[in-house]
Amino acid sequence: MRVIIAFLALIAAPLASPTLAQSSMPPAPYAYTQLDDPVLEAEATALMETLRCLKCQSQSIADSDAPMAGDMRHQVRSRLLAGESPDQVRDWLTQRYGDYVSYEPTVSATTWPLFAIPVLLLLIVGAVLLRRLGRRSSDSEMGA
Amino acid sequence: MRPVYLIPLALFLFFAGVAGYQLTQPKQVNIPSQMIERELPEFSLEPALEGMPGASRADFIGGKPKLLNIWASWCVPCIAEAPHLERLKQEGVEIIGVAVRDRPEAVEGFLARYGNPYSRIGADDISELMLEIGASGVPETYVIDAEGNIRYQHIGDIRENHVEMLLEKLEEAA
Repeated sequence: MRVIIAFLALIAAPLASPTLAQSSMPPAPYAYTQLDDPVLEAEATALMETLRCLKCQSQSIADSDAPMAGDMRHQVRSRLLAGESPDQVRDWLTQRYGDYVSYEPTVSATTWPLFAIPVLLLLIVGAVLLRRLGRRSSDSEMGA
Repeated sequence: MRPVYLIPLALFLFFAGVAGYQLTQPKQVNIPSQMIERELPEFSLEPALEGMPGASRADFIGGKPKLLNIWASWCVPCIAEAPHLERLKQEGVEIIGVAVRDRPEAVEGFLARYGNPYSRIGADDISELMLEIGASGVPETYVIDAEGNIRYQHIGDIRENHVEMLLEKLEEAA
């Protein structure tokens, strides 16, 4: 019996970890409520899919059920409703959390290699390929 | 074989090595706020429980630098930092609390059990202040100077060895 309890405790231990502690408060008004204006709501959804949930980190706030993601969705919807543009809301969050909050890679001083390296590799591959093909065709011309 | 053919293999091994190494490293969960050395945003929060005042930006202006402690009664590390906040209070530091997504009766129960080092506690029911200040979890503690500027952010619970450091940061902010 004791072994079973110890085993269950072991399984349950991660569940008690502080990162999973959550509040029992109801969600923010606009966390799960769509805006009445379908155009604004579409803008809000598009924006929410490009913002990272700070608690879960590998989900966008549109996909996450973490209370903080709900609070972020509330900010997005109520700010758009108040007349801010999606870019303004995005900037407001980036000012506070940096690039981290962006779930859509943007080109910046630290992220440019992400975009530059694939292009560079493609150029190198292209150059090598051209050289080889060029050599082969000149070889066959000589043989002919 | 010409050594140049080994380049792709070497690259592959390098990337596999980096990926393998990263897998063994604990996940970095601290997201530092970009609001350090900037003004504390305007905010005003209702009291988190009866009998204590709420919190606003104006409460930080004037006097000595203060601590802004973001916590919650449902947060386990907040229990661990309670005695160290108490010590900071005994050293004469004013600590203004913000209870995130919390109920008055839960706040009251927490303070009765673990002590109350706060001069005021605002209720942040929808993480408004958290998002304004760039906090990504509880607990977090900020040093705010008398002009209302954010001078330092401490992520996670305050441990015994952080008390001296925070006192120094408060000194620097004066």
